[in-house]
Amino acid sequence: MPLTPVLSRRWNDSESWTLAAYERSDGYRALRKALTMAPEDITAVVKDSNLRGRGGAGFPTGMKWGFIPQAKPGETTGPGVKPKYLVVNADEGEPGTCRDLPQMMNDPHSMLEGIIIASFAIKANLAVIYVRGEAVHAMRRVRAAVDEAYAAGYLGASVMRSGYSLEVVVHPGAGAYICGEETALLDSLEGYRGQPRLKPPFPAVSGLYSCPTVVNNVGTLASVPSILLYGADWWKQMGPEKSPGTSVYSLTGRVARPGQYEAPMGTTLRELLEMCGGVREGHELKFWTPGGSSTPLFTAEHLDVPLDFDGVAAAGSMNGTSALMIFDDGDCIVRAVGRWIKFYAHESCGKCTPCREGNPWMVQILDRMERGQAREEEVDQLLDISDNILGRSFCAFGDGAVSPVISSIKYFRQEYLDHLTLGGCPLDPARTPARDLAGSRS
Amino acid sequence: MTEGGAGPAGTHSAAYGRDGTASAVSSPVDIGDLGLSRTEEVVPEGVPPLTEQTRRELRQIIARYPRPRSALLPMLHLVQSVQGYVSSAGVAMCAEELNLTKAEVGAVVTFYTMFKRRPAGEYLISVCTNTLCGFLGGEEIFAGVQEQLGVSHDQTTPDGKFTLEHAECLAACDYAPVVTVNYEFFDQQSVESTTELVQALQSGERPAPSRGAPLCSFREMSREIAGFSAPERAAAALAGPGTGDPSLVGLRLAAERGEAPPAGRASAPARKDA
Repeated sequence: MPLTPVLSRRWNDSESWTLAAYERSDGYRALRKALTMAPEDITAVVKDSNLRGRGGAGFPTGMKWGFIPQAKPGETTGPGVKPKYLVVNADEGEPGTCRDLPQMMNDPHSMLEGIIIASFAIKANLAVIYVRGEAVHAMRRVRAAVDEAYAAGYLGASVMRSGYSLEVVVHPGAGAYICGEETALLDSLEGYRGQPRLKPPFPAVSGLYSCPTVVNNVGTLASVPSILLYGADWWKQMGPEKSPGTSVYSLTGRVARPGQYEAPMGTTLRELLEMCGGVREGHELKFWTPGGSSTPLFTAEHLDVPLDFDGVAAAGSMNGTSALMIFDDGDCIVRAVGRWIKFYAHESCGKCTPCREGNPWMVQILDRMERGQAREEEVDQLLDISDNILGRSFCAFGDGAVSPVISSIKYFRQEYLDHLTLGGCPLDPARTPARDLAGSRS
Repeated sequence: MTEGGAGPAGTHSAAYGRDGTASAVSSPVDIGDLGLSRTEEVVPEGVPPLTEQTRRELRQIIARYPRPRSALLPMLHLVQSVQGYVSSAGVAMCAEELNLTKAEVGAVVTFYTMFKRRPAGEYLISVCTNTLCGFLGGEEIFAGVQEQLGVSHDQTTPDGKFTLEHAECLAACDYAPVVTVNYEFFDQQSVESTTELVQALQSGERPAPSRGAPLCSFREMSREIAGFSAPERAAAALAGPGTGDPSLVGLRLAAERGEAPPAGRASAPARKDA
């Protein structure tokens, strides 16, 4: 597959985050076009493009917009008459995921143009961009982009003198991974602890302030202007029919040239490794995540899996956010999984018992496992705890947490057992007893 | 609640002194302080009081939203910017302005990592020790800084200059291992480079981050997060570097290979004004 920069194409332009630079590069042309269209026709184009949400779940974007109830002429009650909201999930934090921050730092206007088009399509008059609190530089540039857009008349009481009004608020988070889950995000945005809500009702019916709400990811919205301007057929020339378009693949870890590589959906790790110079000199690929730490691990046998929503699912994992964390034969699987589970234990919102209690128990077992001090049956106990978390909490967080545990035992059970036989890590025994981080995460 | 916490705004003020400082502290049984202080909160010396100016700015934040309570997170960032942490007084002032109980606000404060419950240092040093950064050196970096500063996770040096924390994934894995100072990125760090960074900060310098704005203090950063930028800083902050090789490596390779998406033709003429 060739590289196909669409979302990332402006990142190296001079002062690429400014309105002037964006307008020099087709900026806001799609919005001009959108404002001449009927809102439902915009949604139809996005549906036709088969754009699927870039936040991880891959839900069809046009369908999501189409779920927003709209009042029929003369209707005065029901969900269709309530205000509608667009909420942007810019709370990037899934381990391995690192493409929304560069998008917002280097090209915030593409997301903002997508926001205005999406809001117009769903007839929302307020959009809120929920930016991860720690992402200060991205927040700074998004805020500046919003200010510039107001000054230029792309936002405000009458967007480009069309009579359509849209206000945009940039909202800072405060450091909670779970707020990337859309209903937790909504609770957080309403000023509560960020804990997920039971679905249904889905946000399309009852979201922000119990009103119809679309929650879209940064990359999803940044894709919209190009799709609208160049057409759904253009978008569908890239990638497989059922998950077309490009993906910004984030290659990180044990690779020669880590970074962002935008290529058609369905590109394989073999192709991407060739682009980024392969794994660390003298080492072999051992395990990797196709879409962040919450997606079941892959190994060298998955080098030719097409990395799109359906291709990855067919191979037993999830495409997630195309966050490819690469580990090689020098890396200990038990240690890797142990660190991830510490993360999940820290970030569990505490609402559901299996997730809140199960993750810290797994931390303890993995910790002893790494030092070779666990018992053999505890490998199966990890699976048992995982089974008690998987599918037994409100949101996908718990399911994500057990992904690395279950998949690592599936592919590397022997390495777990070797720790017990050796009484320490077979890969790096010297490091094992001393690696404790002082302080606790919880 | 011992003092009618659900009452209208203003009913708490008697317990919190004229400036909203915790000069008259809440009683140990006040659940509004759960997780903030089990017993009396002693406001450390040198912590400035919240003022009427703070209150005015809190109201400006509230005005951004259709419903007041949505303003709570940025409000807490703002009170943190005044005092360096979210004190009981900060909780109380937010509760008053939103007509909430202190317990309700306290429950939110304790949920979010960025809200500090003790005064944070001038510089918050966050070292990513999640799996990927950790494997690439983050754990050694954390151990190094810990030794250098003599404090551990979530602790502040006695001189009030540094707070150290190990951070969860900072969404910069392509720049691993990363360290942030007041959330500005120092990319591709090593034990040595981070040691030098901390030494420079100790000697009063403010090294330029790899990506982000020129460094400011933790309080100033909290103020910026709340949405109040000092005008003299804004332009420089905005222009700070936002990119580096990992963000551009794919783009450069595409140019080198002459690869691009299919040529797009705008499917309708762009109109000057819709």
